[in-house]
Order: sequence, then C-alpha cells, then structure tokens
Amino acid sequence: MPAFPKKWLIALIALAVIVPLLQPLLPNLVSDYRLFLVSTMMIAAIAVLGLNLLTGFNGQISLGHSAFYAVGAYTAAILMDKLNMPYWATLPIAAVVCFVVGYLFGLPALKLEGHYLALATFALALAVPQILKYKWLEDLTGGVQGIVLSKPEAPFGIPLSEDQWLYYYILAVMVILYWAASNMLNSRSGRAMMAIRDYHIAADTMGIDTALYKTVTFGISAAYTGIAGALSASAIAFVAPDSFNFFLSIKFLIGLVVGGVGSLSGSIVGGIFYVLVDNSAQALSTFVKNDLGLPFDLSAYTVFGILLILLMYLMPMGIVGGVYILFRRLQRAGRGGSTAAPAAVSQSRPAEAGKSH
Amino acid sequence: MEQFLQQLASGLANGAIYACVALALVMIYVSTDHINFAQGEMAMFSTYISWQLMSWGLSFWVAFILAVAISFVFGVLIERIILRPLHNAPLLSVVVVFIGLLAICNSVAGAIWSYLIKEYPSPFPKSSFGIAGVIGPHQLGVVLVTLIVLSLLFVFFRFTPLGLAMRAAAQNPQMARLVGVRVDWMLALGWGLAAAVGAVAGIMVAHIVYLDPNMMGGILLYAFASALVGGIGNPGGAVVGGFIVGVLENMVAFTGNQIEKATGVYIIGNGEKLTVALIIVIFVLTVKPAGLFGRVVVKRV
Repeated sequence: MPAFPKKWLIALIALAVIVPLLQPLLPNLVSDYRLFLVSTMMIAAIAVLGLNLLTGFNGQISLGHSAFYAVGAYTAAILMDKLNMPYWATLPIAAVVCFVVGYLFGLPALKLEGHYLALATFALALAVPQILKYKWLEDLTGGVQGIVLSKPEAPFGIPLSEDQWLYYYILAVMVILYWAASNMLNSRSGRAMMAIRDYHIAADTMGIDTALYKTVTFGISAAYTGIAGALSASAIAFVAPDSFNFFLSIKFLIGLVVGGVGSLSGSIVGGIFYVLVDNSAQALSTFVKNDLGLPFDLSAYTVFGILLILLMYLMPMGIVGGVYILFRRLQRAGRGGSTAAPAAVSQSRPAEAGKSH
Repeated sequence: MEQFLQQLASGLANGAIYACVALALVMIYVSTDHINFAQGEMAMFSTYISWQLMSWGLSFWVAFILAVAISFVFGVLIERIILRPLHNAPLLSVVVVFIGLLAICNSVAGAIWSYLIKEYPSPFPKSSFGIAGVIGPHQLGVVLVTLIVLSLLFVFFRFTPLGLAMRAAAQNPQMARLVGVRVDWMLALGWGLAAAVGAVAGIMVAHIVYLDPNMMGGILLYAFASALVGGIGNPGGAVVGGFIVGVLENMVAFTGNQIEKATGVYIIGNGEKLTVALIIVIFVLTVKPAGLFGRVVVKRV
C-alpha cells in the first residue's frame, strides 16, 4: 500500500483543524450536526485501524472486534457513571482494559489458525451482547437499559459548542493513534508483525517470537478498537448491550475491506465510508422505492454485503489501493508506459508487504 | 425427575436441529475447506420462502418440499456464481465473502418480509403424538424428521454412485478428476445439499424460536459448537455432536435453575445460552481441536 505523503497528511490535519472554525461564516455548511457526523467517522476510523493492525498487518482474522469496542465503551461508561471520572481520564483506562482482554483472548487464539480464529471471534461477537446483560453485571452495566451519560463540554471556558469540542478531542486522539501506529509499523516490531503475516514459519525460523508478537498485536488491536468504543460512549452519551451486536463487526469488516487490508490511510477512508453509508441508508431506501420502483427497503447491510463480495473480486486491495493502482497506471500511460518513475517506486516501499495478501 | 426428562427431550429436539445445521457446515467444510458463516442466514431465508408459499395457500408439506428444493438450487447457484471464482483466493477473501452473504441474506429477508416476529405453524398433530409430560408433539416430530433426513443422506452418500462420486471429489479432487468425476459440479451439488439440509433445520426450528431474520444467529453458533465437538471433518461426528451439545445446553440451563431454586443464587440460565456456546467453541478449539471423532491433521512443512 502506498505510504501517504507527509505534506498531504499535514495539510489534511490543518484543514481538519481550521474548517470547524469557519462555522460563524458558513453556518449551514459546517453545522453542529455535520461536525458530530465527522466525529463518528473518526471514531469508526480508529476502530477500523485497530482491526487493520490485527488482520491487515498481522494476518489474524477477527470477526469479533465489536466485542472489544463494547468493552472499551462499557469501561468508559462505567467509570464515568459510577466513579464520576472525567471523560478524558477514562480513555487510557479503557485502552489498558481492552489491551488485557485482547491479550488474554489472543492466548487461546495462538493455537487457532485462519478459519478457526474467525470462528472463535465470530462466537465472541455473538455472545457479547448476552454477556453484557448477565445478571451479576447488571449493577454495573445497567442490564438491557444500558447507561445514560452526559456529553463532554469544552474545558477552561473555551468558547466551543459541545459538538465542536468533541470534534477536536476525537481528532486529536485519532491523529496521535495514527501517528503511533505508523511509527510502530515502520519499526522492527512492525516488520516482525508483517513477517508473521507473510510467512509464519519463516518468521519463526528468523528468531521472531511469534507467540509474543501475535498476542501483543491482539492486545494493541483490541486497545485501539476499545479506545474507539470509549470515545463513542462519550460522543453518543449512551451505551446499551444490543448496539454491540455482530453487525457492528460487519461494519468494521466493511471498513477494513473498503479501505484496503493492510493500509493505514485506508482505515480512515474505510471508517468514513461505513458511517456515510449507514447514515444515508434512509435516503438510499427512498431512492430504491421511488426512483427504481422496487417494492422493498434497501438497508445499509444489503449495500455492505454486496460491496463485501464485489470488492473481493474487483479491488482486493480496497478502494484506496485500487485508486492508487489506477493512478499509477494512468501516470505510466502518460509517460509513454516504458519507464516506471523511480521516485514513485521508492515511495511505495511498503507496497511489497501489502501485495502478498 | 419428570422435569429432567422434559429437559432431556427438549435438548434432543434442539440437538436434532443443531445436528442438521452442523452437518450442512461439515458438508461444505469437507469438500472445500471453508467454514460457511452464512449457513444460518441461508436456512433462515429458506424458512421465509416456505412461509411465503404457505401464505399463498400451499399446505405445510408441499411448501416444505418446495422450499427445500428451491434452497438446493440456490445453494448450487451460490457456489457456481459467487464462490467458484474464489477457488484460489486467500482465506480472508473467502471469509469476507461469506460475511457478505450473511449480511445480504439477513437484510434482504428483513426488507421483503420485515423484521417483525412471525408465528410459524407446526405440522404435527397435537393429540396422538408425543408422550404426555415428557416430549411434546413438535419436539418428537422434529427429531423424527431430522432422523429421516439424516438417514436419507447416509443412504445417498453410502449407496449411490453419485454419493460415491461426491465423496471422492471431497477426499481427493485430483484423483477423482482423473477417473472422470466432474469435481466442480460435485462441489456445487454439495453446496446445494448443504443448503437443503439447512432449510430443513430452519423450517423445523421456526415453530420453536418464531420466524424472524435473526432467528438463526444462536442456532448457527450452536451448530458450530456441535461440528467442533464431533470433529469438523466428520459428518457422523457432527450429528452426534449436535445431540450432545443440544442436551448439554439444556442441562446447563436446567442445573442453573435447580441451583437457583435450592440456594437462591443465580449463576446461569437461559440468558447465557450463547455464552455457553462460546465457551464450548473456545474450549474444544484449544483443548481438542480435532473434536471427539475427528482426525488429527499433521501438516508437512
């Protein structure tokens, strides 16, 4: 997968910081609702990033990341609800709790390969809503009713609305997490993770402690997704067991596949994508009914399902990877097709790792 | 004691359903090495088809046979159209496609028939069927129908040339192809049969769990547990595993109830069914991945 040029990244972040400040000038374009929507997109992006670390870069398939998202969300919610902790302080605790849970789940997962791991995590995703409703946990989790929280407000009298503050808070968390992930992947540990994905036995022979790397990656991945869950608990100000069902895992999966398996920047695109589709489901449905004349509602999951299957055929590297390949082809065609530009090649060094899957 | 027998009987009835779905999973696993995560949703869809046929005025058994036949065709088509191009694709692609199928089946069923829970009739006569106080008419009927289907399948695979060809194609595709078996079509047939067996399970269980697009989620999980307990490469094992897991599930809930009655402490009940399945799945996978009757596969590096 292409490494995202740093200049662009900084420009994007600057844009993301500045745009909400234009709210007084363009109140309709930059509405509070839209900012909130972008906040949920960033949360989704963090969750998909977590899944990508495990599945995309370490080759362990997980269908159960909704479970870690739930653990993160509930940890944050319980800390805020029972101990009156400030929302920002719950984040590191949720991360640690999710790391431990992910690490522990990673231990039996060590013995499972491929299908079996998918199966075990599938079972986990199905069981989690029930576990959250368990009678003995009811005092903590609020049972079926869930927990109602209050939205975070801007501190120190900063003149920002709740949604604006939330936006900046989540943006900051996402930038830090993205930076950390990209540094990790470019380090010795990151290369070890990818080596395990590409050829497990060879990595073992090269002296990589595969068991340690796989369990720790499981933990880190769970922590990322758990942080996303904790952020969502403060953003939506509500948690309930049935919102963490298997379909949440499907959303992460669609984010992963759309963005590109094994692509950091793709995770962001994937997260944005699934929130967009999810939110336009109503519009989509009326479009199908009124404009196409079909007699039933089209739900977001039909779109997700069709996309999951189509992308596996057409763009196995995801939309980001697919567009990148198209772009490269056009570029080459423009140059006469014979000489591949060395500058472009050197930038795509991590591409070799991504291609094999 | 009577309560215990009742629980045992209802465990066996559930077990029959799990056995069917587990067998469908194993049939696909043996021939293609894939775990079909969409098996449950496919069965749910077939059940809706039978419901639709009945609401158009067909009798239960006609609708049953038609729905099973339609599911068979659907299964063959899914294999030929969707999975065939992925024969050499990486594992993740295959899993993703199965999850895509699951999402499509679920949401399309919801779109056509709505997410409202529907009642589903039982074909078995209320009186003169079952043993009073121990096993209800529907439960006994379910066990009987499943046993008939399973024995038909056994006869098919054991005593017909086509069944033999299918087994050959699953066991050793290259050799089978060399002796003239059309392996590709055998795989598609296997998919069709799996979809049909799943349809039987869905139609039989719909009276118990009611008809809605999410009805098979828990059942699929238990079917996975059954297939794993029996050894995922072993059809007979899957059936035995189904009955074991069905009884186990009910016994866990029953014991939980008894403990609560005796001591007043709630430990486990019907609300933890999926958690029990999760524990079974992880326990079998980590402690004895080959299951009770499976073969240990040794990989040569």
